[in-house]
Amino acid sequence: MDKVLMKGNEAIAEAAIRANCRHFFGYPITPQTEISAYMAKRMSKVGGTFLQAESEVAAINMVYGAAGAGVRVMTSSSSPGISLKMEGLSYIAGADLPCVIVNIVRAGPGLGGIQPAQSDYFQAVKGGGHGDYRMIVIAPSSIQETVDCTIDAFDLADKYRMPVMLMGDGMLGQMMEPVSFPEVKTDHLPKKDWATTGTKMKRKANIINSLYIHPEELEEVILKREEKYNTIYETEVKYHTEGLENADVVLVAYGTTARIAKAAIALAKQNGIKAGLIRPITLWPFPTDIIAKTAPNVKCMISVEMSTGQMVEDIRLAVNGVCPVHFYGRTGGAVPTPTAIFEQIRRYA
Amino acid sequence: MMETIFERPKALADVPFHYCPGCTHGIVHRLIAEVIDELGIEGDTIGVAPVGCAVFAYNYFNCDMQEAAHGRAPAVATGIKRANPENIIFTYQGDGDLAAIGTAETVHAATRSENITIIFLNNAIYGMTGGQMAPTSLVGQVTQTTPYGRKVEMQGYPIRMSEMLATLEGSSFIKRCSVDSIKNINDTRASIKKAFQCQIDKKGFSMVEVLSTCPTNWGLSPAESMDWLRDNMMPYYPLGVYKDVTGGDR
Repeated sequence: MDKVLMKGNEAIAEAAIRANCRHFFGYPITPQTEISAYMAKRMSKVGGTFLQAESEVAAINMVYGAAGAGVRVMTSSSSPGISLKMEGLSYIAGADLPCVIVNIVRAGPGLGGIQPAQSDYFQAVKGGGHGDYRMIVIAPSSIQETVDCTIDAFDLADKYRMPVMLMGDGMLGQMMEPVSFPEVKTDHLPKKDWATTGTKMKRKANIINSLYIHPEELEEVILKREEKYNTIYETEVKYHTEGLENADVVLVAYGTTARIAKAAIALAKQNGIKAGLIRPITLWPFPTDIIAKTAPNVKCMISVEMSTGQMVEDIRLAVNGVCPVHFYGRTGGAVPTPTAIFEQIRRYA
Repeated sequence: MMETIFERPKALADVPFHYCPGCTHGIVHRLIAEVIDELGIEGDTIGVAPVGCAVFAYNYFNCDMQEAAHGRAPAVATGIKRANPENIIFTYQGDGDLAAIGTAETVHAATRSENITIIFLNNAIYGMTGGQMAPTSLVGQVTQTTPYGRKVEMQGYPIRMSEMLATLEGSSFIKRCSVDSIKNINDTRASIKKAFQCQIDKKGFSMVEVLSTCPTNWGLSPAESMDWLRDNMMPYYPLGVYKDVTGGDR
């Protein structure tokens, strides 16, 4: 496979097209606008639809309509825009619709800043919208992985009939790396015989809906969905580990932060300290098992994030008091340096 | 053998409506179903239900349906239409849904000349939540949230959506009708048919606004409600065609 040099945002857009996504609805916001720009240029060439909506709210509801009509569909935004999409996301989850949402996270709250951040972790994995629902959240850490995860995101969405979020940050969106695009196959996925494509007078009406007025009926629907979520937790967890054997200190970090953590681990090695890394790729389902399994063998874990400490709560739940879990982070768009992370490793080793 | 001279339209589901006695939603549902039957498009039609009194509309038609979040029906319809442009898409929306929380979606669907059809029921009140002020509530109108009457200094003026959307280059067919009399019901049916035909002919955005009653929340009998509609709503919301460019190329 030939490699091409691509920016993260553009690689996401191209990967989506390769994954047979032919419908994209978006609204401009920094630092993800290249996704829209790329889609605007490419979609018309491949017979697809790019539509710039009047708002993030409209864009996610266009996604709802198109997903309900049975096509592969994507939207992308950044933190403040994702907040606006949360209503629609809740409806999409409640109506069991497959789609892909990209969040190229910037600093918040409010308008915050346009520099990279990981402070939307809670919003992504704990709900964000209202109601009992989950969303698969995938956090790649290189541009190649971004391509692979984008393709996986569409497959997972179709397989489980649910929204999947691809979560990057401004740095991943803007960075360039060589990538190759794998061949995409979709024939293993379930048929969308539930979609509203018109009855053609040959079947009963299909209805896309999240309203159930009787409590017992709604409870049944939610519990059935919960079973699906449990299956996902058992089968779809993805992570990467490095140097866990004999490690005294284990860093847990995802996305851009995991790249910097690797540099810090190399610094530790030079200084005779054994440090390892657990890098969650799926943030939901969270790699609870590997963290729990590792905890008894280490002095401590350190969650490194570009936030004031969000993923650290899930690590502590997984560790369940077996070892200390520390936190180091920068926030507001500031990025941790390898040296600063190394200082934390040295402090707790 | 007896001859059938009146029956349920095929596109209308054989289920009881949940609407209050005297409410005009039932009439408008029937008119849409009749038009779908006449045009022979049930198998290609996808309806979008709103949030409001018509929230269960997805159970009342035999075509495929999607339920939209409050006000988002035109955006949902846009997504469905862009996914499968050969399908016929209609939204069914009330005044709170279309003219308050969903104003942006409505205006931009029209300005894009999105090839969809909106059936807009204007009864000047929020029905489902129990009779609060709507963007189309008249000045002086008493509602749960304007207990002393809508005051211009406090709540401003009622919005005229048909007039506003007609100013947009993208709208193709905009008409305001009423279901207060046999004559007007027949005209509403013809207008809904024309709006669907506009979409079938790929002429772009069409909307039929239907002046309707809400006896329950107006606190009037069904018959008094019809009088109230004629005496109060019609002067502020004149019936008629506000835009029709379906004759030319588009």
